Amino acid sequence: MENFTPISAAIGGAMIGVSAVWLMASAGRIAGISGIVGGALGAGQGDKLWRWTFLVGLVLAPLIVGLFNPSFLEIDFPTTGPLLILAAVLVGIGTQLGNGCTSGHGVCGNARLSMRSLLATFTFMATGIVTVFIMRSLGGV
Amino acid sequence: MRLPLSTFIAGLLFGGGLTVSQMVNPEKVISFLDITGSWDPSLAFVMGGALIVTALGYKLVLKRKGPLFDDRFRLPTRKDIDAPLLVGAALFGVGWGLAGLCPGPALASASFAGPNAYIFVGTMIATIFIYRIIKARA
Repeated sequence: MENFTPISAAIGGAMIGVSAVWLMASAGRIAGISGIVGGALGAGQGDKLWRWTFLVGLVLAPLIVGLFNPSFLEIDFPTTGPLLILAAVLVGIGTQLGNGCTSGHGVCGNARLSMRSLLATFTFMATGIVTVFIMRSLGGV
Repeated sequence: MRLPLSTFIAGLLFGGGLTVSQMVNPEKVISFLDITGSWDPSLAFVMGGALIVTALGYKLVLKRKGPLFDDRFRLPTRKDIDAPLLVGAALFGVGWGLAGLCPGPALASASFAGPNAYIFVGTMIATIFIYRIIKARA
């Protein structure tokens, strides 16, 4: 518990919430990152520009935060190499198959009291916790 | 141009929130999932903060006839609990636990975190792209 940072976590969480509410109020869309990415890459026209501008904002944002406080950009990747690639494949397939991730199901879906999102969130939390437990037990990470 | 500009602002806010909350830090995410080890519950406050604001905000916004810059609200309509939902969520959780990265933080970290972020984001995007091609043909 030595790195417990509830205040910055809650502030950041509230910012994510404001973003989700603004995206719904202005564009009528759910702030689900895996869905926005999937649509940005998918076939069809007309429905893409708003997705790409959202993603550009998402990618640029840390640099702006870093101008004020560079310590936010000091991060660590405990997993590297083949395991990192495997993880990215699982995240890619899992979010498309399950129609959502931490944002679409975890925040937006649960905020709408969607049973699908609630069960998805429970499921990915559970397999995430079990995965970390197994990695710790095997001495990795 | 008001629609893409408004979503750009939403993206900035989202990425800013991920950065300030340290959700972009894979080590922090793995510590959150490590409930039997040296558990760091911080990210529960990220989810909690985001959920409360979104739930209250949606209540107000969805009373309106439609969004400001588009013709209607596009909300998921499915209610069925099917195998792809649960299998997909389970696979996603394994990947999330393995790397400490989910799609939003991974993309945000690509602007500053170097090779590991490129590897993860490149692989994730290629996987999503291939998945959608296969699905479109099936």
